Amino acid sequence: MARAASIQTRIGFTALAWAIALLLFAPILWTILTAFKTEAEAIATSPTFLPREFTLENFGAVQDRSDYFKHAFNSIIFSVGSTLLGLVIGVPAAWAMAFAPTKRTKDVLMWMLSTKMMPAVGVLIPIYLIFRDLRLLDTLHGLTLIMTLINLPIIIWMLYTYFKEIPVDILEAARMDGAELYNEIVHVLVPMAVPGIASTLLLNVILAWNEAFWTITLTSGKAGTLTAFISSFSSPQGLFLAKLSAASLLAIAPILLMGWFSQKQLVRGLTFGAVK
Amino acid sequence: MATAQTRTLSRIMMAPAVIVLLIWMIVPLVMTLWFSFQNYSLINPMMTGFAGWANYVYVIGDPSFIQSLVNTLILVGGVLLITIIGGTLLALLLDQPIWGQGILRIIVISPFFVMPPVAALIWKNGFMHPGYGMLAHLWKFFGLQPIDWFNQYPMFSVIVIVAWQWLPFATLILLTALQSLSEEQREAAEMDGANAINRFYHIILPHMARAITIVILIQTIFLLGIFAEIRVTTGGGPGYASTNIAFLVFRTGILSNDIGAGSAGGVVAVVIANIVAIFLMRAVGKNLDA
Amino acid sequence: MGSISLSHVKKSFGEVQIIPDISLDIKEGEFVVFVGPSGCGKSTLLRLIAGLEDTTSGTILLDGVDMTKAPPARRGLAMVFQSYALYPHMTVRDNIAFPLKMAKAPKEVIDQKVEYAARTLNLSSYLDRRPRALSGGQRQRVAIGRAIVREPKAFLFDEPLSNLDAALRVNMRLEITELHQQLKTTMIYVTHDQVEAMTMADRIVVLNAGRVEQFGTPLDLYKKPANRFVAGFIGSPRMNFVDGPEAARYNASAIGVRPEHFSLATTPMPGAWKGKVGVAEQLGSDTFLHVHVDGLGLMTIRTDGDQTFGHGDDVYLTPDPARIYRFDAAGLAL
Ligand SMILES: Nc1ncnc2c1ncn2[C@@H]1O[C@H](COP(=O)(O)OP(=O)(O)OP(=O)(O)O)[C@@H](O)[C@H]1O
Ligand SMILES: [Mg+2]
Repeated sequence: MARAASIQTRIGFTALAWAIALLLFAPILWTILTAFKTEAEAIATSPTFLPREFTLENFGAVQDRSDYFKHAFNSIIFSVGSTLLGLVIGVPAAWAMAFAPTKRTKDVLMWMLSTKMMPAVGVLIPIYLIFRDLRLLDTLHGLTLIMTLINLPIIIWMLYTYFKEIPVDILEAARMDGAELYNEIVHVLVPMAVPGIASTLLLNVILAWNEAFWTITLTSGKAGTLTAFISSFSSPQGLFLAKLSAASLLAIAPILLMGWFSQKQLVRGLTFGAVK
Repeated sequence: MATAQTRTLSRIMMAPAVIVLLIWMIVPLVMTLWFSFQNYSLINPMMTGFAGWANYVYVIGDPSFIQSLVNTLILVGGVLLITIIGGTLLALLLDQPIWGQGILRIIVISPFFVMPPVAALIWKNGFMHPGYGMLAHLWKFFGLQPIDWFNQYPMFSVIVIVAWQWLPFATLILLTALQSLSEEQREAAEMDGANAINRFYHIILPHMARAITIVILIQTIFLLGIFAEIRVTTGGGPGYASTNIAFLVFRTGILSNDIGAGSAGGVVAVVIANIVAIFLMRAVGKNLDA
Repeated sequence: MGSISLSHVKKSFGEVQIIPDISLDIKEGEFVVFVGPSGCGKSTLLRLIAGLEDTTSGTILLDGVDMTKAPPARRGLAMVFQSYALYPHMTVRDNIAFPLKMAKAPKEVIDQKVEYAARTLNLSSYLDRRPRALSGGQRQRVAIGRAIVREPKAFLFDEPLSNLDAALRVNMRLEITELHQQLKTTMIYVTHDQVEAMTMADRIVVLNAGRVEQFGTPLDLYKKPANRFVAGFIGSPRMNFVDGPEAARYNASAIGVRPEHFSLATTPMPGAWKGKVGVAEQLGSDTFLHVHVDGLGLMTIRTDGDQTFGHGDDVYLTPDPARIYRFDAAGLAL
């Protein structure tokens, strides 16, 4: 935008954009600020902006009540585990689709994406019963397995779009150089696709971290992730605002930071490469 | 690139993904179908056997079903409307020469990273609570009677929360598309004497069509299954005022332990999703062919 | 080591037949060039030999061993791609070492061979760079280095020079020819540039629409083209063709005269073709005249650079009778 915009319009647009952005950000800002207030201040009839007396007691209280660290640990295992497992299954599949496409490749991709269209509630009951019978309810590995299946289509699709940008010549060169499939994938394809694989990883970790259907319906205590942790704060109300904010902040902070650092790649990834 | 050997290898490489997704799609679906024709209640184990269409009649005949269906459509439609229009406007704004665009992008995308139950809780307690929510304070400031959002306008409140989560996503994708419109194209249009409105309709909007399709597709996938926001805020109420199909199935199957009826609801949900999916896939399938 | 023989090789992509039936014998140590117009199937044929594509039918023997079904990794051939196809994430050293690593060569052997290849190709000071930090010519050399370290049975080049500028192309052409003389390994080189073909090849395969039009030494093709296609394809500027009554005088359906096989006069001569100069392209050493010949159409004539003809001048052309090529109705040489 090198057009000669007058300084006034520029100031005007900047002010408007910041105002809207801050409005959108207000709920998060509110959470951050309230997390450091006392309960009394948080529900005071005349609300304060910055905490009058800065306190960390809410965080301690949250940890005592619901064991944040256990849930956070579960969330990490669950989101990273399901994504890695998804990559292990997805990389070979995406390799096949990108580099040995057939007439049906696009249909297969569409079909995979369409499994995402299947509403979770449609299969909740059988999954619930299967999990109950296999004693997978409230286990981390059961949950991770489900998450892998949920995100697999997205993982494959993202990898596929990234792989398609890699010239097939280079893989053929590897074959001519004597590389068998394993070496072709591990030593040539994967290192070349590192940026794409990284953003696939990030996006799917975020989606898994924020997954709030299966994590809530299939866990009760042991395997609860942060979504379950935070849901446990939904019932009791009253003198609870500051602790709720502290808990919320704890639940979203890791992914918020990660998202901030990687937002550029994420946008591209989320559109399956269709918008660049 | 297509020796018989590579083709064989590629089938082997695809097999795990295809097989697990096939199982994931078929097994539970068949079970859901099976249960939906059974009398199966966890509360009343004496009730067993073939139920015929009874479960479907029960679920679909219940007024709550129609309401949930309508709610689902309102939720998806409302959020799409807000996010597409709002996202386009915001993207156009962010594309102007403004200071701090990089930081703004980060601020604007933030709500997308907030997990649904947290988003719901923040809005419920921090903003929409009739006693100490920020909106109540605002209303009081102007001398108005604070609103009990989740009781008076439950669907609207849920839509606001969900739209807040998805507006950033729409904005950033549309902004990215907008920024890929080359300066030359715009200048050419300007040279041709097109004014801002004409430029928007004839140059910018067609260019963004693909991005908008993508946003609709992806959001619909997620919006059809909205669950946590409802569970945490209204619990589907008051009555069934904010229950969508997803939540209805959860209510019937898990909360009321009626597996048969819950499954029938699940089947209906799948059918609805597929109707939507067929339309979307048609539209998007062409567009996605990069 | 390094003989390649194709017998009745056919290739179709789906319904479309790209190579109807090719049999070829390439001798050990030979430098063979595949030349032909764009889309005639040169790359396809090369990729069949490489094993990157399957033959639809027919057999491919390498050193007498049937390799028709062997995967590329097992054929012991090296290929240099038009795009160079270097591994962007590896240094030049690792690029060149890659085939040796795949062959599980011991580390000392790898180092030694990489050093040697780098010295041969003037790459020693770039060994620790990534491909993206190299010029086109250097990238090309890395691609060649990667090919030579494996000591393949044969080298396959697919238009390796087409991304380089003209001056560099001439240089690399010489380097590859020199490399061949030094290594004496079989090389198959694909190009659509007939100058490259003429200057580099021991023997040339002229391809057209997936068929071998002629297989012979460069001079054979120039002097004794088997048919009208080859006659027109080899030689620059192109041969002039004349058909109709003028050709009938020579008992042929068409005759061809190369631009360099005319004598030129400014006054009428018996039997000469009269024409008017259209464009005169002066190259310094030569001048190419494009002459509109009455009743026969446009012809290109090559004269020495000192001749000064201008637009509109009348000229009289006499083809050298000993060098008139005659073709029958099917285009075959008579
Ligand atoms: N994978 C494929 N599927 C279908 N058709 C193909 C495929 N690869 C090549 N072809 C077709 O085969 C024909 C020959 O292609 P090829 O690449 O061998 O030509 P070429 O002689 O190398 O041309 P160029 O000089 O332009 O490189 C072309 O018509 C091409 O369209
Ligand atoms: Mg080619």
